[in-house]
Amino acid sequence: MSGVRLLVGTVKGAFVIESDGTRKKWKVSGPHFAGWEVYHMKGSPVDPDRIYCSQTSGWFGQVIQRSNDGGKTWEAPGGGVTKSPQGWPQGESNRFVYDTSSETGKPLTTHQWYDGTQHPWEFKRVWHLEPSLSDPDTVYAGVEDAAIFRTVDGGFTWQELPGLRGHGTGPRWQPGAGGMCLHTIVLDSSNPHRIFIAISAAGAFRTDDGGKTWKPINRGLRSQFLPDQDTEVGHCVHRVAHHGAKPNVLFMQKHWDVMRSDDAGDNWHEVSGNLPTDFGFVIDINTNEPDTVYVVPIKSDSEHYPLKGRLRVYRSRTGGNEWEPLTKGLPQRNCFVNVLRDSMAVDKFDPCGVYFGTTGGQVYGSADGGDSWKAIVHDLPRVLSVEAQTLL
Amino acid sequence: MIRVALPFHLRTLARVDDEVRLEVQGEVTVRSVLDALEAKYPVLRGTIRDHDTGTRRPFIRFFACEEDWSHEPSDAPLPDSVVKGKEPFCVIGAIAGG
Repeated sequence: MSGVRLLVGTVKGAFVIESDGTRKKWKVSGPHFAGWEVYHMKGSPVDPDRIYCSQTSGWFGQVIQRSNDGGKTWEAPGGGVTKSPQGWPQGESNRFVYDTSSETGKPLTTHQWYDGTQHPWEFKRVWHLEPSLSDPDTVYAGVEDAAIFRTVDGGFTWQELPGLRGHGTGPRWQPGAGGMCLHTIVLDSSNPHRIFIAISAAGAFRTDDGGKTWKPINRGLRSQFLPDQDTEVGHCVHRVAHHGAKPNVLFMQKHWDVMRSDDAGDNWHEVSGNLPTDFGFVIDINTNEPDTVYVVPIKSDSEHYPLKGRLRVYRSRTGGNEWEPLTKGLPQRNCFVNVLRDSMAVDKFDPCGVYFGTTGGQVYGSADGGDSWKAIVHDLPRVLSVEAQTLL
Repeated sequence: MIRVALPFHLRTLARVDDEVRLEVQGEVTVRSVLDALEAKYPVLRGTIRDHDTGTRRPFIRFFACEEDWSHEPSDAPLPDSVVKGKEPFCVIGAIAGG
């Protein structure tokens, strides 16, 4: 039976929430990995029951979990009691080591710290997992401190694509409030060699050769916190959205400003238009309408909650600039939650389902493209990420 | 048999309910105990010490026989009570965070 599966990462575990195609009644399972931070989960587009999960802890580090049955059971690839013939553990699924080898790697440089001094590059956690569009065993991982890794064996081992970190501008990258994280990975369905990524705070980058070389794509961005406001790198990009029907069009929620590119990121222009504030974290695109875009405006970078305590999704049906508030079913008083950058997703039904999670533990869903909303769950821990799988 | 007491989150990760018991070859040290622990429970690799350098993670501490072993040389012999299984070797998550 067709349906929707939401993969919700929180600061205290993972939740899997399922409904049939009507998207009216939801069944919640979890918490999985109770007590651990789950930054992100995402399923393979070619095998939806194959789900990858980033489980992490300030105490115990990074763990990658994998499910082969739609989130019912989980395993750390190679992390069971299976041993090699020599008696050693098989696989290294939790091992993320920057590639500094002379053969394939790039030297480990420093990056800019909050006070402008240089700081060592150190792995902390996986922020985002992006499964390949064609192979369930291939997954990209965006990590803090910023770099991109890839597994081609289902998560047993991970290798860095060092061309990004070694691009040469690393000493000018700096952490945002959440750390120096690579949080967005967009695979282009029309071009298997093209990947877009975004880093807080370095900006957006693109590869056209499968990850060997990368170029910054930040022309048109302006950031007041930088001494050179329209510099090539250093921008705090919060999220980038892409629709397969228009592969050269990108939408971006920057720290401040909602931006659009019509040439695969080479140039950007602002489309904040009539938004009441253009600070925010999430941005996503309606599956059936590539010019219909959703954002959740947040008051400011100092006050991370909705304007006037009214939680509103804004929708543009014109690819930006003209925005309408969507309020039906959302709290319109005394609401002071945030919606973090990986916490909005869409399904593939028509009308499109739109979902987002809050720092107050609510997950809201709309089964009519945003016209009306309902809280699917009220009281989860702080939500870090939401992904939607359409099960056909 | 060496007894190792793990914090809650590492017990759930390793899917064990209680102390784990390990056969340790040669001298019983912090290093040899952790080697044996990670060999039996590979999912714990990287959660207690760095994959490559073996450095203890910052918020992890090691206790044995009411003594703090966190900063002792990793090849120093552990107390006889640990070697004989009378006392556990304790892996502790620092209290930071409340």
